[in-house]
Amino acid sequence: MSVGAMGSDNGNGAAAGAYILEARNIVKLFGDLRANDDIDLSLKPGEIHALLGENGAGKSTLVKIIYGALQPTSGTLFWGAAPVTISNPAAARELGIGMVFQHFSLFDALTVTQNIALALKGERDLKALAGRIETVSADYGLPLRPGALVADLSVGERQRIEVVRCLLQEPRLLILDEPTAVLTPQEADQLFVTLERLAGEGCAVLYISHRLEEVKRLCHDATILRLGRLVARVDPQQESAASLARHMIGTDVAALQSGSGAATGAPLLELAGLSMPTDDPFGVALKSIDLAVRSGEIVAIAGVAGNGQSELFDAISGERTSKSADAVKLAGAPCGRETITQRRRRDAAFVPEERVGHAAIADLPLSENLVLTHHAVGNDVVRHGLINRGAAKDVMARVAEHYDVRKNLADPEASALSGGNLQKFVVGREMTRRPRILVVHQPTWGVDAGAAAFIRQSLVDMARSGSAVLMISQDLDEIFEIADRIAVISRGELSEAYPAGELSPERIGLLMAGTHERAGRDVEHGAEA
Amino acid sequence: MILRLERRSQRSTLMAFLSPVLAIGITLALGAIMFVALGFDPGEALYIYFIDPLTSAWSIEEVIVKAAPLILIGVGLAVCYTANVWNIGAEGQLTMGALIGASIPIYFPDWQSPLVLILMLVLGIAGGALFAAIPAFLKNRFSANEILTSLMLVYVAQLLLDWLIRGPWRDPDGYNFPQSILFEGWQVIPPLGEGRVHIGAIFAIVAVIIVAFMMGRTLRGFEIRVVGTSPRAGSFAGFKGKRVVLFCFMLSGALAGLAGICEVAGPSGQLQPNVSPGYGFTAIIVAFLGRLNPIGVFFAGVLLAISYMGGEGVQVILGISDKTTQVFQGMLLFLILACDTLIRYRIRLVRS
Repeated sequence: MSVGAMGSDNGNGAAAGAYILEARNIVKLFGDLRANDDIDLSLKPGEIHALLGENGAGKSTLVKIIYGALQPTSGTLFWGAAPVTISNPAAARELGIGMVFQHFSLFDALTVTQNIALALKGERDLKALAGRIETVSADYGLPLRPGALVADLSVGERQRIEVVRCLLQEPRLLILDEPTAVLTPQEADQLFVTLERLAGEGCAVLYISHRLEEVKRLCHDATILRLGRLVARVDPQQESAASLARHMIGTDVAALQSGSGAATGAPLLELAGLSMPTDDPFGVALKSIDLAVRSGEIVAIAGVAGNGQSELFDAISGERTSKSADAVKLAGAPCGRETITQRRRRDAAFVPEERVGHAAIADLPLSENLVLTHHAVGNDVVRHGLINRGAAKDVMARVAEHYDVRKNLADPEASALSGGNLQKFVVGREMTRRPRILVVHQPTWGVDAGAAAFIRQSLVDMARSGSAVLMISQDLDEIFEIADRIAVISRGELSEAYPAGELSPERIGLLMAGTHERAGRDVEHGAEA
Repeated sequence: MILRLERRSQRSTLMAFLSPVLAIGITLALGAIMFVALGFDPGEALYIYFIDPLTSAWSIEEVIVKAAPLILIGVGLAVCYTANVWNIGAEGQLTMGALIGASIPIYFPDWQSPLVLILMLVLGIAGGALFAAIPAFLKNRFSANEILTSLMLVYVAQLLLDWLIRGPWRDPDGYNFPQSILFEGWQVIPPLGEGRVHIGAIFAIVAVIIVAFMMGRTLRGFEIRVVGTSPRAGSFAGFKGKRVVLFCFMLSGALAGLAGICEVAGPSGQLQPNVSPGYGFTAIIVAFLGRLNPIGVFFAGVLLAISYMGGEGVQVILGISDKTTQVFQGMLLFLILACDTLIRYRIRLVRS
């Protein structure tokens, strides 16, 4: 079955000839904000084209314009050679543009076939469709069982559904938004094979990512945006990851100073046989987790999203308490049954994954957001049940200064800060207490490279000053950059923590798929039916 | 040309103040249209409605008498709604407070001591608080929707009152009217000065001050605001959502109960089938019109009290049904909620 409608006149990617898609002088205004400012983009059939940029660079806006979800303020799109107006996503699909979003829109309670049928117009014959799904998915190396319930599938498999859904529509241009963020290294490799094959058949691929190594490996061409403007069009094969990053950020990213290696001391955070059932039907139960984090080291927990990371964070922070006091020990004291406030008083600090709605409240000013985690830790912010607003503002100002939180008002609402600045604030808010134990979940999620480097450096400095740092992250590059030891979480089970030097990404990938526990398990078809 | 709502980057402080003013203005305009449609001079009707009650000492006193319970209850409801706890049953908590507090003079009609009044007030507060604890418990234990349970309990309280004053608590010398004996001496709240204004008005002012301090300065008030805005962040801060639900319900129930006992031990001086002309429901409007802010609630309570007086005024002078009061109150709530959109959004005229 041939998917690319352009035929197979080229076998090796970037072919000469006309552009399949061209965007010229695209401008998009949101009020006073120029989200896209005179951007050009062009793709040839069979080309894998990277779209690079930090958060807020205008990537999503541009892609939404191409996919018909937004209309440009000015500028023209050309499809083939003819100017087109893509008024909505259905029109885009009609032209042959498919898109795989970062966040999937799938119904958990339906099967793969049913989900795909819902997305395809006028698809009545589910049996025939199941057959096509089976053929196409096998053909492109993305095996899927048409009858499987989505709820039972891993995140990687769910993404395959989205990709296969696009393939069934025989796209001439496939857009993928940060596709590898939810994949194990092996799953990512598999996806790359598929994309290369697609390109080989003449389909153009627009690949949005901030993982530069990946872009260098996969993409033939790259368009780089910064602050809504086109800053460079480069051949990623000719660039280094550092030079690509420089284009994206405009300056060099500070190299990490790891200090003199880990001089580790006594264990400060210990988990022993920590188990916790889930109260959410699609949640993950924690199964007998053991871990020790010593003074002076950073231990990272790697894993694909949705394998129990949030549940583990809640269990360590005390947002959910466990039945056994000994399941969690902070600085040697059993506190499995203690609340998060009691655990904070044991000199532990926590930074959850979601900035808005969990770590901070959008509508409250920063000084009140500071009170959220400082009200019970024995500083001046709260005394005898009374909030000292002056003290809260002082501490907040100190956090803002030390952790480079850029704000345009003295005490703005959290919602007025950019993601990166708010993240620096919620991390700094905990670090300013100089806690002996720090647990962070996705410390640099959705944060621009400059802020991410800064936060990582702060974590390293924290550990080197004698604290125990536990970092839960899905970003393997980040983990290898700063972790001393690495454990992998999969389906609520945690592997042993291995010294970072002893682990390769491939090995971690196998652990992510759950092979540490059940040897011989079929990695490819990760989920049980 | 189309109108479009655009999200603001920050809450507009200006609109937070202007929104109730705007809502009152539109309410008056629509009210004028209503009076014209009914065949009356809108200027005269609105004057009788909103200005006339403030032109005589007697009616000003009456405004204070009516504003006190509205403010007491409204302040409690403002705390509830800030916490995202939807207590709609203040009318029932008011009735229950009145009923429990009144049990003292009914069972001990001859007992005269300052202790009687204190005990009545304390029982009134406790009655309202405990009755409000029922929907809080149902919500915490069974996730029962508190809007439904608190509202349904209003009818439970009212029917219980109805049964008591038609049955066991009926005044034996009352010619079979459904009412209790008349309270006297220490069974009645002392008036302030000559008129009908009593210390209930002082309770209302004290409640405004205490709640304003609690919400603005204390950790407890912060906890209520945080849990109301974002339960997940509240749990991360170490605040317990269930405790907040119980606290808010019992606080607002206590204040409603106090308002209730002040009604029966004050202006009424006995238990009657209707303890209040719907103060518990009107206080919902008071809470919203006052921006869920205790100081704002104070002014909103006075305004709504005036509308009660004005409703009686137009009925007496112009012969318009005093149901227009409910129309005004309904329009006001509707418009205030609509105008609140402008705090977060701005209207733009877009050329299509």
